[in-house]
Amino acid sequence: MPVTDITILLFLGALAAGLLGALTGLGGGAIIVPLLTILFHVDIRYAVGTSLVSVIATSSGAAAAYVKEGYSNIRVGMLLEIATTIGAITGAFIAGLVSPTAVAVIFGIVLLHTAWTSTRPRVDHMSGGPSDPIALRLRLDSTFPTANGPQHYQVRRVPLGFGLMYIAGVLSGLLGIGSGVVKVLAMDRAMGLPFKVSTTTSNFMIGVTAAASAGIYLHRGYIVPGLAFPVMLGVLAGALAGARMLPHLHTQKLRVVFSVLVAALAVELLLNALTGKI
Amino acid sequence: MSVPHTLITGHSTADDRTEQVVGTVLRLGVLIAAAVTLVGGVLYLIQSGATHPDYHTFRGQFSPLRSLADVARGVAAGNADAIVQAGVVLLIATPIARVALTLVAFAIRKDRLYALISALVLVLLAYGLLGG
Repeated sequence: MPVTDITILLFLGALAAGLLGALTGLGGGAIIVPLLTILFHVDIRYAVGTSLVSVIATSSGAAAAYVKEGYSNIRVGMLLEIATTIGAITGAFIAGLVSPTAVAVIFGIVLLHTAWTSTRPRVDHMSGGPSDPIALRLRLDSTFPTANGPQHYQVRRVPLGFGLMYIAGVLSGLLGIGSGVVKVLAMDRAMGLPFKVSTTTSNFMIGVTAAASAGIYLHRGYIVPGLAFPVMLGVLAGALAGARMLPHLHTQKLRVVFSVLVAALAVELLLNALTGKI
Repeated sequence: MSVPHTLITGHSTADDRTEQVVGTVLRLGVLIAAAVTLVGGVLYLIQSGATHPDYHTFRGQFSPLRSLADVARGVAAGNADAIVQAGVVLLIATPIARVALTLVAFAIRKDRLYALISALVLVLLAYGLLGG
């Protein structure tokens, strides 16, 4: 296939991924790698590098939109970015050591987990219990805007959250995804942050995490212009369109569609890996 | 002795101002990166639209665009693929600029602990982009 045809097809695929990612709040990164490897037969190393670029684009674009609303917690985000960036660098190094097949298998498992998580209802895990002494020392407790004015919240289990964030970073660096699901898990479940704060702070952190391993990928030649150009612009256009459509849509059904799609891609990816095609 | 409210809650008008500046930087960074990539991409299609690239076999280790110096040289020579790669580098630099700005904001407020935390994150990011 000539460059022009590939570019148009990749742009359209990335547009759809970005749109779906923005509408479901799960990002498009999880779809880009299977899309490139399964449909376009791209080597998984190129796919991971390309996906990571699109992750930075959507995260920075979305974070710029959310940041004004006062939900994200800069201190929590910056503290946990130590864990995610170290994790991302670790992940990028692991990617250089293990076989592409192993990366594909891990990717498939993470996708299945994402599919399962995204169908479950979102509930706040805030508790009235005492703050973690570490959270008090680090001044992590904060407020977030509600209809009844600012509401105070406390931050719990900082070490557990920090550890989970390291794992999120490793997955991001290894697979070229934002791993927003694990980030939200760490902040929402482990640290007891309100859901809105977890999701916006996570979005904020995804770009920084991805930037840590993207440089390493660039040096290894995982990022090629012919793929990065259509995918980055496609995902960005899709994400911007999605953000505009979001207020007018019922997203619950979309999340089910997304889950089924992600699960199907996961199975396909695992089958390809196990039959030696990746 | 009473402690100022902002010290307890971690959220203040200064935080809000920082967030606004950060938001602007993120938007601008993504916009500039996308514009550079688009220009490079269109040139790339004109220059090599009819070629048949093979992405099935990984040859990244031979890629001529693997360092910031490679990219700068390519852009200076007017190579389309180097311009696209420069857009990618600008995109990677955007969240890094965000961390640098946050560091400055913490330093101005004499929040030594968080200035230090931001500096640590910045060093890790610089390692990824320059060392790796």
